[in-house]
Amino acid sequence: MSILGTRVVRTEDPLFLTRGAVYTDDLTDERLTGALHATFVRSQVAHGRLLSVDTAAALEAPGVVAVVTAADVTDLVDIPPPFPFINAAMTRPWLASDRVRFVGDPIAVVLTEERYQGEDAAEMVVVDVDPLPAVVGTAAAATDEVLLFPEAGTNLLAAFGEPVPEDFFDGCEVVVTQALVNQRVAPVPLESRAAAAAWDPDGRVTVWCTNQGAQQARGQLGDWLEMDPDLIHLITPDVGGGFGAKIGADPEYAFIAWLARHVGRPVRWAESRSENMIGMLHGRAQDQVVTIGGRRDGTVEAYSLVFDQDCGAYPRIGAVLPTLTMLMAPGVYAFPKVHAQGRALATTTTSIGAYRGAGRPEATAAVERAVDLFAAEIGMDPAEVRRKNLVPAFSAPHTTPMGATYDNGDYTAALDKALEAAGYDELRAEQARRREAGDVRQLGIGLSVYVEITGADNGAGTKEAAELEVHADGTATVLTGTSPHGQGHATAWAMIASDQLGIPMEKITVLHGDTDLVPQGGGTMGSRSLQQGGAAVHQAADELIEEARRRAAERLEVDPTDLVVDLGLAGLAVRGTPGAGVSFAELAAEERLLVNTVFNADAPTFPFGAHVAVVELDVESGKAQVVRVVTVDDAGTVINPLIAEGQRHGGIAQGVAQALLEEVLYDEDGNPTTSTLADYPFVSATELPSFELVEMATPTPMNPLGAKGIGEAGTIGSTPAVQNAVIDAAAHLGVRHVDMPVTPMRVWRAIQQAGSHAQQEGN
Amino acid sequence: MIPTAFDYVKVRSVDEALAALAEHGEDAKLLAGGHSLLPIMKLRLAIPTVLIDIGGIPELSYVRVEGDEVAVGAGTRLFEIERDEVVRAEAPLLSHVAGRVGDPQVRHRATLGGTVAHSDPASDVPTGLLALGGSVVVQGPAGRRSIPVTACWTGFFETDVAEDEMVIEVRVPRTGSSGWGYEKFTRRENDWAIVAAAAVEGRVALANMAGTVVRATATEEALARGASVAEAAALADQGTSPSSDMHADAEYRRHLARLLTRRALETAAAA
Amino acid sequence: MQVSITVNGEQRTDEVEPRLLLAHYLREVRGLRATNIGCDSTSCGACTVIVDGLSVKSCTVLAAQADGAQVTTLEGLAGADGELHPVQAAFRAEHGLQCGFCTPGMVMAAIGVLADNPDPTDREVREGLEGNLCRCTGYHNIVRAVLTAAQAGPAAGQVPQAQEVQA
Repeated sequence: MSILGTRVVRTEDPLFLTRGAVYTDDLTDERLTGALHATFVRSQVAHGRLLSVDTAAALEAPGVVAVVTAADVTDLVDIPPPFPFINAAMTRPWLASDRVRFVGDPIAVVLTEERYQGEDAAEMVVVDVDPLPAVVGTAAAATDEVLLFPEAGTNLLAAFGEPVPEDFFDGCEVVVTQALVNQRVAPVPLESRAAAAAWDPDGRVTVWCTNQGAQQARGQLGDWLEMDPDLIHLITPDVGGGFGAKIGADPEYAFIAWLARHVGRPVRWAESRSENMIGMLHGRAQDQVVTIGGRRDGTVEAYSLVFDQDCGAYPRIGAVLPTLTMLMAPGVYAFPKVHAQGRALATTTTSIGAYRGAGRPEATAAVERAVDLFAAEIGMDPAEVRRKNLVPAFSAPHTTPMGATYDNGDYTAALDKALEAAGYDELRAEQARRREAGDVRQLGIGLSVYVEITGADNGAGTKEAAELEVHADGTATVLTGTSPHGQGHATAWAMIASDQLGIPMEKITVLHGDTDLVPQGGGTMGSRSLQQGGAAVHQAADELIEEARRRAAERLEVDPTDLVVDLGLAGLAVRGTPGAGVSFAELAAEERLLVNTVFNADAPTFPFGAHVAVVELDVESGKAQVVRVVTVDDAGTVINPLIAEGQRHGGIAQGVAQALLEEVLYDEDGNPTTSTLADYPFVSATELPSFELVEMATPTPMNPLGAKGIGEAGTIGSTPAVQNAVIDAAAHLGVRHVDMPVTPMRVWRAIQQAGSHAQQEGN
Repeated sequence: MIPTAFDYVKVRSVDEALAALAEHGEDAKLLAGGHSLLPIMKLRLAIPTVLIDIGGIPELSYVRVEGDEVAVGAGTRLFEIERDEVVRAEAPLLSHVAGRVGDPQVRHRATLGGTVAHSDPASDVPTGLLALGGSVVVQGPAGRRSIPVTACWTGFFETDVAEDEMVIEVRVPRTGSSGWGYEKFTRRENDWAIVAAAAVEGRVALANMAGTVVRATATEEALARGASVAEAAALADQGTSPSSDMHADAEYRRHLARLLTRRALETAAAA
Repeated sequence: MQVSITVNGEQRTDEVEPRLLLAHYLREVRGLRATNIGCDSTSCGACTVIVDGLSVKSCTVLAAQADGAQVTTLEGLAGADGELHPVQAAFRAEHGLQCGFCTPGMVMAAIGVLADNPDPTDREVREGLEGNLCRCTGYHNIVRAVLTAAQAGPAAGQVPQAQEVQA
């Protein structure tokens, strides 16, 4: 029986559970002996002219070796925008020289012998800023009244799509429009950012940093430091979560390498959570307007999504997310007409990057809210409206009006499975009973049906590298270009190789995250790893078998086509001749048995599913408690259900968190007010139920494993389900919409307002 | 993040602690469990130059029934108060509010005296104590004195405890047979209260409706007049001055004060 | 100042700054880096260790306050023969960890939960872990792991080193 599809416990865990993982700040590498500690001095003003930076007092503080300001950075050019379509004037200085653009903008770095000395000395750097008006929110940015980059002449980074045609909704019996906020959230991997760097005498640098892809990070460091990437040895130690915010490198990582060269000593840096909450990329941050039109029988005829993407101060991945949101705008629906238009804007806030889902949750949240609004307007059950408009089951590629080509899907089956598992009819009956009785705790039932895109060409490309070697002692080594940080690749990749070669999993070592060992790789992001990296391992095993077949045929003097893989032998056996064969290990003893391959997926895949959330809403206080989350998440073939379920659980929780709790806030002057975990309402165990997962697997033809991505599905599906559930719980009181996070105060106010409207209409 | 540097003095008795306070004056802070003080020191919102560690004074950790009061030593940790059979029987509201502070790890360290002296208007224990009544016993160079709980918390993070005094003990009336209610409104279970209401024997205290924990006097007077719970609770926000912040605006806090007061009174009445 | 602290059964005396946090003492002075620091505000619980029989957040305890104490960290849980503590074993069996950063604190907090309540419900586990944040697992498998560990009996709520609750 194949090991694939079984619940194999992770090979990573024994060390993680006894010694602990080794994150960047845990490193005791001898190359870091005598390393200085870097402490950034960051702007406490959102926007202003930087008048002076006085380092004299800090230089006198105990343990201080150097205090570096922009004036010292003479041999680096400012960081250009990451995409060619962005105005070239929107560059990012390594340290602010004449202007600060967000609270957290680096101004100086203090280098000290000991970590504790850094914080003391950093406080002694005196920064004088002449404040300028802050630009908070996309509406303020779009006016261009205050410019972050005066040379650019605008705060607009990029505009995508065309305005909606005037006649777009002509002929619709019902048209509903609603402004929606897909709020800014913080990814908050439990491990904050950290980096360390040490230079060899021969001009090569080793950089350790926490990231989601060593090779991509190395490439960025090479670009920014204007170095040949071969002179950079980038090592990714164990990584304590990323969620998109650790894709590639942050400028700080490159700067640590620069600092180490500048002072001629190794340098290390590990930020505090307070620094992380303002310095690390945030996610989401779209202001949207949805318009949906159709017939009273529930048929949607036209849908439009117009939105502004807040990109923060310096353009990062956020600038390109509107294209993903637009691509996925119609989601699972067969709307005949779909329109989408997005703008990317700069504001005096922390930059926006990818956060679990990155562009797709925003599309799903918008369309799932729109469908509910449409259902409410025509007085039809939202499940029924969805059924009427879903793309029918398809196994040949389906191209949407936005140009996405979905591989395969059966959205109706996903919805039906979810509704059945949730007991939808019973839930509606219970809801009716509580409404009738006027209970304080009302039941809300929220749906979402989603499709997302995984393994998209997101800069890492659709390719992934793998190297596989079987050794003479019967062990094997897998080198992968993916970059696990919780996803269990060491286990899953070993399962894939073991399944094909017959080598027991415990004899297979999976290595990653070291650019000297694995020079090529795309990393782990966009739910790409299994369908590209896992497929590469699969392909490597296939190629290794073919190489072994060639050699075995010579050795055994048989026709290669007479050789079959013998899993018990972990080698090749002669068909029909018991006992005749040779193991891969024996072949490796003669000559290294190693293959190096690149898998090219060519096209992304489109995982899909349906979520049902059930909430209890205290209508007197407005507080909702999520009591059930039932999900169908179809990611094609599942290699290890234990790990796949874990991905779903984590995703669901983060999605619930966005719907109910989490939001990064700024005051009108651009000061962040949620910069510690005491203020930022990171979801905890008490706000969540245990989840009810329903299985469904529609293998994709896009890779030999049949696997689609699973990392982000939970997040994409659960957010709108929970938001819709809370609104549903108050629907009988007249509430149609509440923005995320659906806080108690917002819900209470919506109920108050709906009540006073009803009263006015009654009069 | 780390605190600024300070000198550390470990004391073994109240007398030693008071002597150290006298010696170091206003630069010194008492450190008990440290779960109010150390977090703000790490954020450098407090920068004392001397910490006097009173966490290891055995004479400050006790629960005793004395006449019609329960006396609890200031050094008693919150998890001990939460679990203590005497407190549970004689002042169950106190046991309950001690168990609502923070999370288990915090309650393993935080002390009764610390939470009283910190005077956070959103704090559970002072809210419970204010509803219970009773007094806070402090000691200074001039000896011991007793501060009624109604006079203890004088402002935002300010108390009637003088700089050369320390909290020794809290005394609450034995209310074991009376019904009580405590309604704490948070977004997450272990957050500080957005608003909380404690009710016992016709007394009602509110958290986070002013610069200190406060009594809902209009509600109490209405109850004394014989008003219904609903009528009395509708007055709970009278005389309060709630702030607006990112968690809630003042109007919503007023609504919560009325709602939570009604629920706390209903729970108390149902017992 | 000098502190004498027993960690995982080994007592040592070290010269430290009074402001040194216990978490940093464990990591930097004792070289035990399983204990992680995930926040500045006593919120995340990644630094949870057992001190004198009680789970505490070591980022909010001074090394000076732990003078004379018995401390157990994640590294002190497994037997000398490598046998996992029941909570460690349950976290592995139930996939209660992904990136591993919250795990040391989560495991120590879970031991504290089971010490208080050897047979908790799903809800009681969630309330017991309210001071520990995890970004990867959605808590689902962590809760399952703690419930599984509870089935191992009293050992799940104990640490190998004898510790007296100093109440």
